[in-house]
Amino acid sequence: MAGKPKLYYFDGRGKMESVRWLLAAAGVEFEEELLETREQYEKLLQDGALMFQQVPMVEIDGMKLVQTRAILNYLAATHNLYGRDLKERALIDMYVEGTTDLMQLILMFPFLSAEDKEKQHALIVQKATNRYFPAYEKVLRDHGQDYLVGNQFSWADIHLFEAILMVEEKKCDVLSEFPQLQMFKARISNMPRIKKFLEPGSQRKPIPDDKYVETVRRVLQMYYNVKASV
Amino acid sequence: MPKAIRSSLMAGKPKLYYFNGRGRMESVRWLLAAAGIEFVEEFLETREQYEKLLQDGALLFQQVPMVEIDGMKMVQTRAILGYIAAKHNLYGKNLKERALIDMYVEGTRDLMDLIRVHHKFSPEEQEKNLALINERATARYFPVYEKVLKDHGTEFLVGNQLTWADVQLIEAILMVEEKVSTILSKFPLLQDFKTRICNIPTIKKFLQPGSQRKPPPDESYVVTANRVFNRK
Repeated sequence: MAGKPKLYYFDGRGKMESVRWLLAAAGVEFEEELLETREQYEKLLQDGALMFQQVPMVEIDGMKLVQTRAILNYLAATHNLYGRDLKERALIDMYVEGTTDLMQLILMFPFLSAEDKEKQHALIVQKATNRYFPAYEKVLRDHGQDYLVGNQFSWADIHLFEAILMVEEKKCDVLSEFPQLQMFKARISNMPRIKKFLEPGSQRKPIPDDKYVETVRRVLQMYYNVKASV
Repeated sequence: MPKAIRSSLMAGKPKLYYFNGRGRMESVRWLLAAAGIEFVEEFLETREQYEKLLQDGALLFQQVPMVEIDGMKMVQTRAILGYIAAKHNLYGKNLKERALIDMYVEGTRDLMDLIRVHHKFSPEEQEKNLALINERATARYFPVYEKVLKDHGTEFLVGNQLTWADVQLIEAILMVEEKVSTILSKFPLLQDFKTRICNIPTIKKFLQPGSQRKPPPDESYVVTANRVFNRK
């Protein structure tokens, strides 16, 4: 039965947020089971529902998919957001890996000590403005099209948009030297499904707070200290 | 230029830009070798080589691995591997097989990442990391692949033919064995898998001395990487 995909994760962004973005952009309704207790997680383990004992996990089309990359690949391909041929897919993959690396720096942020947060903040801004945003600015400038790949909306655009918003939450004027990206951001924001996902009441999750960190640590019994990337 | 000559020039060998060592490029060497694709390599030895690549705009995110293939300068290991796998019929027959392959390679990737950075640690940290590698291999990753083979009783992980998932698993098994030689002692099906896959002609050839397979990282590899990236 082609039911709605069901997402198993914490009530927060983490690695699952990119999946929520992709589903929303594709116009696919989804359900969520939010992990709050250790017992919920242990039940999933006992049921053999988590291939490598980890979340994210997404129940979709009769599969229990794990590993964020595998989940996103499948969703992109099944919703025509993965390009028209191998070369377009290669470009999308390269671009998405770049934004993944950038977002990974932000993902670990809430778990850092106060001192490390300061270092990490500087690193995020530096990498965004010196490494990642210039690359995407050039792509858009060079071909002058609305979207990153093949003149059509793809997963690469959604992922870049998500990354831009996340970095802006750290430094609101981070796009000041990237006019193409500013126009890109405005264009994508105006797409109906994206607009809807950006409105209050959607399944988009807020910036992680202490409660989120506490929940993750409790459910995963992950009490060690995460080090900054520097 | 006649079209035939232009085509044959374009369909040249892939060219790999990386250090003369395993690192993140090794999985690419494995996959190309398994697919029977000849490739050439440019080894980064000096800071100047790296800076030239940067100035030429050859590295999209200023990083290696980079592979020149089919007119593209591809970066990001997963993107490179995905392209090679799809082009050479090692990525399954349909989306569901691809999903399985993706899950399996992400698992082996996570395991291999523990080993890839091992040489960077202090002796004390290495001891802890070794215990972690052992634990993850025997409690998290290898049981999954053992079960996959057991459940559908075929020679390969996905769809009854060699795929990227098998190539990456054999690479992971050999890497872990270099650290913990008895790691497969409780995994009889993986032992059989290892024997079978190592006997595939292209892989057998890659495992022989003189192939482009690289040895485990040593002191000079670390020194070169630090020099090229200006790291202390």
